Amino acid sequence: MTGTELPLLAMAVPAIGAILIGVFGRWPNVRELVTVLTSVTLLGVVLQILPLALADDFWSTTWSAEPLVLLEMLPGIPLTLKIEPLGMIYALIASSLWILNSLYSVGYMRGNKEKHQTRFYMCFALAIASVMGIAFSGNVFTLFVFYEVLSVSTYPLVAHKGTPEAVRSARVYLGILVGTSVGLLLPAIIATYFFTGTVDFQPGGVFQAALADESLTAPALGVLFFMYMYGIGKAALMPMHRWLPAAMVAPTPVSALLHAVAVVKAGVFSVVKVIIYIFGTTSLVSAGQGEWLIYVAGATILIASCIALFQDNLKRRLAYSTVSQLSYITIAASLLSPLGYMAAAIHIAAHAFGKITLFFAAGSIYTAAHKTNISQLDGIGRKMPWTMGAFAVGSLSMIGVPPTAGFISKWYLLSGAWETGYTFVIVVVLLSTLLNAGYFLPIVWRAFFRAPPEETHHASMSHADGNFGDPHDHGHGAKDHGHDDHGDHGEAPLPIVFALTCTAAGTIVLFFFPDIALGLAEQIYRGLPLP
Amino acid sequence: MIDIQANLPALIVVIPLLGGVMATFTGRGVLPWAWASLVTGATFALTLRMMATLLQSGAPYISYELGNWPRWWGIEYRVDLLNAFILLVVAGVGFITTLYARESVGDEIPKDRHNVFYAVWILAITGLLGITITGDAFNVYVLLEISSLTVYALIAMGKDRDRRALTASLRYLILGSVGASFILLGIGYLMMVTGTLNMEDMHNQLMRLANLDTNRTVLVAFAFLLVGLSLKMALYPLHMWLPKAYTYAPSAVSALLAATATKVGVYMAFRFLFGIFGVGFSFYAMPSHLILLAMASLGIVFSSLAAIRQHNAKTLLAYSSVGQIGYIVAGFSLANPDGVAGSIVHIFNHAVTKGGMFLALGAIAYRVGGTEIADLRGLARRMPLTCGALALGGLGLIGFPLTAGFVSKWYLVKGAFGADMWGLAVVVLFGSLLALVYVWKLIEAMFFGEPTGRTAEAKEAPLSMLIPIWILVGLSIYFGVDATFTGETATRAAAGLLGGAP
Repeated sequence: MTGTELPLLAMAVPAIGAILIGVFGRWPNVRELVTVLTSVTLLGVVLQILPLALADDFWSTTWSAEPLVLLEMLPGIPLTLKIEPLGMIYALIASSLWILNSLYSVGYMRGNKEKHQTRFYMCFALAIASVMGIAFSGNVFTLFVFYEVLSVSTYPLVAHKGTPEAVRSARVYLGILVGTSVGLLLPAIIATYFFTGTVDFQPGGVFQAALADESLTAPALGVLFFMYMYGIGKAALMPMHRWLPAAMVAPTPVSALLHAVAVVKAGVFSVVKVIIYIFGTTSLVSAGQGEWLIYVAGATILIASCIALFQDNLKRRLAYSTVSQLSYITIAASLLSPLGYMAAAIHIAAHAFGKITLFFAAGSIYTAAHKTNISQLDGIGRKMPWTMGAFAVGSLSMIGVPPTAGFISKWYLLSGAWETGYTFVIVVVLLSTLLNAGYFLPIVWRAFFRAPPEETHHASMSHADGNFGDPHDHGHGAKDHGHDDHGDHGEAPLPIVFALTCTAAGTIVLFFFPDIALGLAEQIYRGLPLP
Repeated sequence: MIDIQANLPALIVVIPLLGGVMATFTGRGVLPWAWASLVTGATFALTLRMMATLLQSGAPYISYELGNWPRWWGIEYRVDLLNAFILLVVAGVGFITTLYARESVGDEIPKDRHNVFYAVWILAITGLLGITITGDAFNVYVLLEISSLTVYALIAMGKDRDRRALTASLRYLILGSVGASFILLGIGYLMMVTGTLNMEDMHNQLMRLANLDTNRTVLVAFAFLLVGLSLKMALYPLHMWLPKAYTYAPSAVSALLAATATKVGVYMAFRFLFGIFGVGFSFYAMPSHLILLAMASLGIVFSSLAAIRQHNAKTLLAYSSVGQIGYIVAGFSLANPDGVAGSIVHIFNHAVTKGGMFLALGAIAYRVGGTEIADLRGLARRMPLTCGALALGGLGLIGFPLTAGFVSKWYLVKGAFGADMWGLAVVVLFGSLLALVYVWKLIEAMFFGEPTGRTAEAKEAPLSMLIPIWILVGLSIYFGVDATFTGETATRAAAGLLGGAP
C-alpha cells in the first residue's frame, strides 16, 4: 500500500458523514454524534497521510507515483488526487479544527435554537469534503471543481437564517465568489491548458516550455497571473473582499470554521499553490511579472486593518481582520522566496488557530449574553473569564506576540522580506502589527478593566445595532432571558467553552511545538527545483 | 418478416409516422398516452440500436436508399455520428417527455382531445427525427413542414389554460412559415445550380463550380438559407416567436420544444453550412461566421438580460433558451474542432438540462396552477424534489463544474482561444454570470420565500412526473461528471463536419 488512495478516503469520510447526518436528521442526538464521530474519523485518516508527506523521500516516492484518478471528467482531463505538503497543512488544520467546531456547533445551534439544523450539519460536512478535495487536488482543474463545490455547499450555510438580510448577503457572497472564479479563474485554467497542454501541478511551474518557445509571451503570462490571483476570490484580495464581511450573517460556527479557516484558507491555499506549482518562481522572475501582487496585498493588509478599527460589530471587525491576515499569506507567497513560501504555509496554520478562537469567543458572547457589538462588552470578562481569556490569546496571536503561533509566521515573513530586500513589506508588517494591536487590545481591555454598564432596560440595543443578529430570533432569545440581558448570564454552554479553550491552547502549543507545520513547510522548499 | 437491422434508418421515421396517425383512433382514457409511450419508446430503442450499429461497424456513415431508388433519384437516409447523436437526443427526450405527459396533459388538455394531442405529438417527433436522418435536401423541407405544422397545433392546445396560447401559436406560424419558405427558396436555387437534391451530390456539384464564390444563384441560396435557418433555430434577433410560444404551450410541449425543436434547426444549419456549402465557402469565402458570431454574442447577452427581467419562470427559461442557442451557434461558427464539438455537446447538454427544468416547471404548474415566480416562493418546503431538480438544472445553465453545462463551456472557451477570439470567451463567461443572476432569482424564491395561496397547500409532484424530471436532470449531472462519451462523440462528429463530409 503506497497510501495514494488515502486522500480519497479523506474525501469520502465527510461525504458519507453528510449522508448519515441526513438519514439520522430526525434524532438530533444521533445526528450530532455522527457529526462528531465523522470529524474524529477524518482526523484519523488525515493523520495516516501525514507521515507520507513528512517522509524524507517524499518527492521521489509519493509525489512521483501516479496520482489517484477519481474519474475522467473531460477526455484527457481527469480529476486527480495527490498528496502534497502544503495541502497537508491545510487538510490537517481543517480536519482537526472541525472536531472542535462540531462540538462548538452543538452548543451554539442548540443554545440559539436555530432552525434547519440537519441541513446545517449536512452542508457543513459536504463543505469539509470539498475542502479535502481542494487540499489533495492533483491538478488545478480538480482544485477548481472542488473550489466551486465549496462555494455552493456553503451558500445554504450563509443564507441559513433565511431572513431577507441573510439572503441578500448570501447573494453577495455567492455572486463574488462564483463571479470571480467563473469570470477569471476558469478562463485562466483553460488558457493554461491551451498553452501548456497540462493542468497538473509541478514544482517549478508549467509555463517554462511555453515561455521558452515564445508561444506565451511575458505580458500574456502577466495577464494570466492577474486572472489567477483575482479569480481566486476566496483569498479576499481587495477589492474582491466584500463577500467576507457579508458572510458574517451566517451562524457563528460557520463564520468560525468556514470563514476563518476552511473557505478563506481554500483561497490563500490556492494562491500559494498556483504561485508555486503552476507559475513557479523562475518563470515569474524571469518574465518579470507579478510584483504588483506585493503592493496590492500590502495595501489590502493596511486598508482592511484601518476599516477594522472602525467596526463596532464584533464579527464584522473580525471579518476585516481576516481580510488583512489573508493578505499576509498572499504577500508572503508573492515574495517568491523559499522563506516567503514557508511563512505563507505556517501562517495558514497560525492564523487558523487564532482566528477560530476569536470567532468562537464572539459566538460564545452572542449565545450567553446576546451581544454582538463591541461597545456592549464593558466588563464582560468578569462574567465570561474563559471566553475573554481565550479571546485575549487569539488577539495576541493576531498581533504576533510570543508565545503564540502568530509570532512564528511573522518571524518568517520578516526574514523573507529581509532576504529579498522588500522594505515595503517590512514597513507594512510593522504598521499592521500596530493596527492589529489597535483594534484588538481595546476589546480585551474593555472586557476586563471597564465596569459593567448600569442596569438599563435596553434589551433592544443590540437589536438595533446588531446587523448580524436575526431580529426575530433575537427577540425570541431576549424573551427567554427576560429583561436581564445585561444581567445574569454566566459563561456560554460547556461545549462552546471547551472548544474555544482548546483552540486558544492550540495557538500556544503551536508556538512551542511547531515541528509538524515547519516540517511540512520545509518539505515544500525541498521539492522546489534548484535555481 | 421485415429485417429490422437492415431497415433501421427507415423504421426510425416510419414507425412514429404510422404510430402517430394510428394514435387518432385510440379513443379516450389512458390509451392515447399508452400508445404514444409505446411508439416513442420503440423509436428510442431503434435510435439506440442505430447508434450501436454505427459504432460497431466503424464505418463513417450508414446509407439507406428508400425504396431502393438510387440516391440521386430517390431519397437517401444517411446516418453518421453527428445525426445518430442528435437522433438519440430527440428520440430520448421525446420518450421521456411522453412518459411524463400523462398527468400533465390530463390536467391541461380536455379529455376528448387526448387522442388528437398524442397523434400530433408523435408526428412532431417524427418530423424532427426525419429532418435529422435524411440526406435529401427537399426531404428536409417536407419533414420540416410536418414538424412545424404539428408544433403550431401543439402550442395552440395550451389554449384551455391560457387563451394567449392561440396568439403565440399564430405568431410562430407566421414567422415559422416565413422561415420555412426561405429554406424552400434556398433549396430551390441550389437545385437550379446543381440539378440534384441529394446533399452529398449537391456538395460535389457545388465544389465543381469554378465561380462558386461569385455565382449569384449560390449566393442568394446561401442568404435565404442562412436567414431561414436562423429563424428556425431562434437565433437572436429572429427569436421573437419563441418566448411566448414556450410560455403558453402545454408544459410537456414546452419541454419537448425547448429540448429538441431549435436543436434540430441547428442540426439543419450544420448540414447546410458544413455539409452542402462546405466549410471553405460558408466560413471563409462568406463572412457568415462574423455575422453568426455577432448575433450569437448579442443573443447570449441580451436574452440573458431579458431573462433576468421576467416574472414568469417559463418565460425566463424561454429567454434563457435563446441565449443558449447563442452558445451553440457561436461554437460552430468558430469552425474549429473545439468550437464545433462544444456546439454539438451543448445540443445534448442543453436538451437534458432545459428539458428537465421545463418538466419540473410543468410539475409545479400541475400542483400550484401557475409558474409565476411569485408562485414559486417557499415551494422548496412543499415540493423539495421538484425544486431540487429545478435548482440542479439551473446550476447546469450557469455551467457549474460537475454539471453538463460546464463541459460545454469548457469546449466553447477553449475553441474561442484556439480561434484567437478572446472576446467570445469573455461573452461566454459573462453569459454564465448573467445565468447565475436569473437562476438565482428562482432559487431564492423557491428556497427562501414564504409560501402563500396555493403554494402553501401544494404537495410534492406525483412519481410519474418526478421520475422523468430526475432522469433528465440526472443525465445532466452524469454527463457533467463523466463527459467522456458525449465529449468524444462530439469531437469525432466535429472532425467529420470539418472534414467536409455531408
